[in-house]
Parts: sequence; C-alpha cells; structure tokens
Amino acid sequence: MMKLYNGKIILLGLAVFVGIVTFPFWFNMGKAAPAPVLKLDTPVIAKMPVKQCVRPTAFMKAGHMQLLNQWRDTVVRDNNRVAPDQAGVMREMSLSNTCMECHSNKTEFCDKCHNYVSVAPYCWNCHIQPKENS
Amino acid sequence: MLDKAISGSRTYYMWLAGLLGVIGVGFGCYLYQLTNGLGVTGLSRDVSWGFYIAQLTYLVGVAASGVMLVLPYYLHNHKVFGKITILGEFMAVAAIMMCGLFVLVDLGQPMRALNIILYPTPNSILFWDMLVLNGYLLLNLVIGWSVLQAETKGDTVEKWVKVLIYISIPFAISIHTVTAFLYAGLPGRHFWLTAIMAARFLSSAFCAGPAILLLIILFLRKAVKFEVKDEAVRSLAVIITYAMIINIFFLGLEFFTAFYSQIPGHMHSFIYLYKGLDGHGKLVPWMWASSILAVFCLALLIPPRFRRNEKLLPVALVSLVAATWIDKGLGLVVAGFIPNPLDHVTEYAPTLPELAISLGIYAIGALVVTVLYKIAVEVKKDALDHH
Amino acid sequence: MDKTRRNFLKVVGLAAAAGLVLKPAGKGFAMDLVRRVPEGAAPTDKALKAGRWAMVVDTKKFTDASREAVMEACRKAHNIPVMRDPRHALKWIWDENYENAFPEQMNEHIPEYQKKNKVLVMCNNCANPACVRVCPTKATFKRPDGIVMMDYHRCIGCRFCMAACPYGSRSFNFEDPRKSLTEIDPSYPTRTKGVVEKCNFCAERLARGMQPACVAACRNKELIFGDATDPKSEVSRILDERFNIRRRPELGTQPQVYYLT
Repeated sequence: MMKLYNGKIILLGLAVFVGIVTFPFWFNMGKAAPAPVLKLDTPVIAKMPVKQCVRPTAFMKAGHMQLLNQWRDTVVRDNNRVAPDQAGVMREMSLSNTCMECHSNKTEFCDKCHNYVSVAPYCWNCHIQPKENS
Repeated sequence: MLDKAISGSRTYYMWLAGLLGVIGVGFGCYLYQLTNGLGVTGLSRDVSWGFYIAQLTYLVGVAASGVMLVLPYYLHNHKVFGKITILGEFMAVAAIMMCGLFVLVDLGQPMRALNIILYPTPNSILFWDMLVLNGYLLLNLVIGWSVLQAETKGDTVEKWVKVLIYISIPFAISIHTVTAFLYAGLPGRHFWLTAIMAARFLSSAFCAGPAILLLIILFLRKAVKFEVKDEAVRSLAVIITYAMIINIFFLGLEFFTAFYSQIPGHMHSFIYLYKGLDGHGKLVPWMWASSILAVFCLALLIPPRFRRNEKLLPVALVSLVAATWIDKGLGLVVAGFIPNPLDHVTEYAPTLPELAISLGIYAIGALVVTVLYKIAVEVKKDALDHH
Repeated sequence: MDKTRRNFLKVVGLAAAAGLVLKPAGKGFAMDLVRRVPEGAAPTDKALKAGRWAMVVDTKKFTDASREAVMEACRKAHNIPVMRDPRHALKWIWDENYENAFPEQMNEHIPEYQKKNKVLVMCNNCANPACVRVCPTKATFKRPDGIVMMDYHRCIGCRFCMAACPYGSRSFNFEDPRKSLTEIDPSYPTRTKGVVEKCNFCAERLARGMQPACVAACRNKELIFGDATDPKSEVSRILDERFNIRRRPELGTQPQVYYLT
C-alpha cells in the first residue's frame, strides 16, 4: 500500500483545481442558449432554380472550414483558382466572391453560428465582408 | 527536490515577489502590444529587428557559456569545477527560456508560431535555431536535474547522463553557431555578412556568460555561504580573460577588413556605430562606452594580481558584461540595418513598452534561475552535512 | 522522498505524455505532409502563363505624373494604405532617387535627367530569392512562373525575409492597415497586422488574364511586362536590343526587374 503524504492539502488542492476547471459547465448549467437557425433567404439564393451549394449541406455543416482551408492553399500556393462544385460546374474558389455571393447575409449566416459556438475566425481581418442592406 | 524552492528566508520571498511584479508589468505591456501590433515598439520598416532579437542573440551566448564549465570538468577532469557545473547548466535553462520568449514577443502573429513545426522548412536557419535551442534546453534540464538528484542520494552520475553531457558540449557550440548563421548568410547586409560571425559570437559568449555566472557565484558565496574554492574562481576568471581578448581581437579583424578594403558597404555600419552616419549617431556614445569598458575590464583582468583581487574582480566582470552587452545586445543587430538597402538612414530606439516587456522576460529568467539555484544550493548544503 | 510515490508519479507522467503524443499522431497531425487539394482544381481559362515573369522599367519615359499614376494604381488595386508614420510605411512600388536605387552606380558626372528623374522600385521577384530561402514556414515561396508569392495566412511575422531582402522591398504591418485606409476595393483583401507584404507582380490579375495594375496604368509603355524565357516576348526583345541594368546584380539574387536608363 502506498501512503499519501500531506493527503489533506493535496486532496483540497485537487478539489479546488477540478472546481475551477469545470467552472464554465456548472456556471452555465441550465442556461444553454438555443441553437441558432441559419437564414438562407438572400436575393441570390431566392433566384436559384436549384438551391444547391458547392458541396452537400451535410458536408458543409461539418467541414466548411476544411474546404475553405483547401481552397485558400490551392489558390494561393498552386495558383489553381477554379474547381468543380457538386454539380460539376467550375467555380472560383473564393470566400468573398463565391461563398458570399449567395450567402450575402454574413451576420445571419456566419456570425450567428460562430458566436453560438464561440469561435472567432480571422477571415474578415483581411477579406472584405459583403455590405449588408439591413 | 522541488520542495526546497518553497521554503526560504523572508528576503528570498521578497525577491520572488518583486520579480513577479516586474513580470506582471511586462505581461500587461505585452497584452498592449498584442492588441495594437508591433507598432508600439521602436521598430520600423528599415530597422525591422531590434531590442528583442538582440536580447535573443545575447542570451543564446549566455546559454552556450555553460560549456566553459562542463568541458573542463568532464573532458579534462578539472575537479574544482565539479561543484559549479550545475550552476552553468541551470543558467543555460533560464537563458534558453528567455530566448524563446524573446522570439515569441517579436512575432507579428504569435498565435501562428507553431507553423514553424507544422510546415518544417530545412532551408531556413530559423527552423534549425528552433531545433537546437529546444534540444539544448531539454538536455540541460535533464542533465542538471539528474546530476542534482544523484548528489542528494550520494550516488555518482549515471552512465546515460554522462552520455548526454558529452552530447551537450557540441550542442552548446551549435546553438551559437546557428544563431550567428541567422545573420551571416544574408546577402546585402554587409555588417553581418562575415565568415567570423559565429566565431565572434562564441568568443563573446565565452567571456560574457561565465562572467555573469562568476558574479552570481561570488554573490552566493557571500550571501548564502555557498562553498566555492578560490581555485575555481581563479580558473574561471582566466577563461573569461582569454575569451574577452579573443573577442576584442575578432572585432579588430572586422575593422581591418572594412577599413583597409575601403568598400563603402563594409564601412558604413561601423561608421554609423562609432562616428555617426549622415548626421545620425544615437548609438555612438554607447559604442564608445562599450570600447572603454572593454579596455578597462581587460586592464583589470590581464594582470594576475588584479584578477586575483576579490574586490577588483567583480568590477572587472560587471564592466565586461556591460561592454559585451552593448556590443551584441544593442549595436550588432541594429547596425546591420543601417544604412538600409536604399542607402537611407533610419534610426532605432526601443520604446517604453518594448523595454518593459524585455524587463519582464529578464525577470522570468531571474525567477527560473533563483528557483533552480535555490534547489541546487540547498542540495549541496545537505550533501555536505551528511558526509 | 518516498521511492514508491516517485515511481508511481513517473508512470502516470509517462502515460500522460504518451497519450499526448500518440493521439494526435493517429489523426494525421502533420497537415503539410499530405495537403489535400479539391478535386479538379485548375487555373482559370484566361490565366496568363509564363516561364519566368519579368518587368522592364523604361526610366527615361517616366514623368512625375506618370510615376504617381502607377503608384496610385497599385495602392488602389491592393488596398495599400498611406501610413502616417513613415517608419510603418507599406510600399509595393515606389520612387527613389537614382543614387538610392543604384547606390553603386552613382558617378560624379551622370546625365542631368538621371539625377532629376526618380526611379520606380519594387520587389524584384528574384529568380534566386534570399527571402524564400530564409522563411521558416514557406509563407513566402517561389512559383514555377518565377513570382515570389506571400501566403499571408501562414506568415508568422518573424521578419526574417525583411532582413534577407537586399532591396528593402518588404513591408511589415506594424498596425491594422484598415485604420489608415480611406477606401477599400472589396475584390482584393487587405492584410492583417503582424504580417509582411510586398509586390506580387499582380498574380491575382494575371490569373484573370490581365496585365499588372502598374503596367495597365501606363499610357506610354513606361513599364513592359512579359515572359523572359520566351525569346519572342516583348520583354525579351527589348532586353536583347537595349542596354539594361538591374539592382545589385552582384549579390546573385537574379532580380527580374530590368531598368533601361
């Protein structure tokens, strides 16, 4: 059997540590904000005969950041600027020019969800966000 | 062994608290720099590296200098260094940590720092600098700790630790060589484009580092009755003296090449440093102070009778540290950028936030050194009591 | 200290360390080793191609007004602000006195127009670029067509490239450049604070089949841009015919901006 020296102090310290680490969980218990519903009602999307993104919705929900990373590396580093979307149409791989052309409602489409999950992507430190009418 | 760091005198705690205060101020200033960008420093488009990178350069030297104790002890069985090699190793640990922090605060995008590892680029000297600095940090941590642990148990050092110690010797040379290569391989920066840059770095490191160490040893001897033989102090002073002479000799070589060849690009930075260029000469008084201090410290170090004088030795060492710090921690980096590639002169002076951040990093180094030395000194005292 | 406790802690520590190392490794941690590219990615149909892009600057043809027009076109096309503090200046293409652009060529007697007429300088997009050699993250790299590109997403702001560039062609964003921009062209991004930037021979325009903005702003063919590896290109023909100089050729960087004087 091992003996625990200074057991009281160690256990107390551990308890305080666990308390601090889990603070966000128990502090926010029962106060969860409802998941945001993203709006797709932009003028460009409204005019589309087939409402379809460059990739299937399920893929975009989970992996839009990876796709954007791939796009940016391909464009900047390989100078390949276009790639086929899921329908086989060549599209410019551009956040500002392709994504935001349809999703011109950045506050409703990007920010809402990013705020909800508390991430702050730095895309817009450099890329110009579209002007929103509202 | 860590418990030895948390039981000390009042003065010990006051010193730690003071350091924490300085670190706090430095950290606050860093947050200010992080929000506003490096524009809060004195850096510019023309002088794009300054105080931070200069401190990095100086401290790599301090870190490498531990080898001046390790090498004589382990390769030449110079027994009197046996008790103090640990101090050299622990100082290296603190110095390298400061180096890392100085690089980090100098980055424009510090949160992307890991890109150096994510996109490894062997053609960049900075990549190799990162590797050797971290390697040297790890080596010294493991070696220092193992040696000390062996001492608490009264054992001899284990074989694998010895192997690491032998590896650490060329590693020490490599960290300062690679750091010199950061500068010495850049086209168009005549002041840095010199084959003896690494040699100059090593010679200044091998006088300045041991000088700082010896000052600390003399302090520990007085303040906490840390036992160091006179012979150890004397042979360290001899090493420092030779290294400083070589350092000054190398600087002289640079002067010869620049001014005898009369190539403008080679002369300009020296003229800026010692005389001023196009009416700009902020560093001139500093450089002359450095020269005078260098001559002064050599005058005290070369004659054995002065060198062995316990009162004069600290004065000589402080002058030496100041002289080399001005040369390397102030002049060397800045002058490489003056004049700029378009023959314009833009001067540089660090700003208050920049100095506060630097001071904060030095305080972190002092904190690490204090804690590690505290442990080392106590362990050695215990060992004496037992035997 | 108690031996068993120490051994116990050692085992726990090692296990934790192993967990940290092994877990990410299993998930493909080194992202640059296998970079995934969107399937079917290609250049645009209109893209201009070259073996090695080069610029010719016909210094005699320039006037103060045409130089200013060229610089302004570049600032507009790339959202480059004019900084209040000259120490923080952001320069892609700018004018210098002849003696500053060519310090080693400054003779006691030179033609009057050379003394008076300023010279446009920019990134030389060197064929053997020192900046690319020193960059620790490949944030700056040389494309097969010779353009020395910046990947602003990857730049950590170490400024090694600025120390390495023998032409002073690189600028650093000491603060958020947007604070100093009066108008922004939404089709081209700005930069963020903490990254290095420079002229890229308008890679984004070449990709769309357009000449660089500075060349397009010339009325009188003051700037000529083309493929230096194609003997029939205008650039090659001019350089074959007329005496031309480059900035600091002795450094071996192989600058790709040629000056007619």
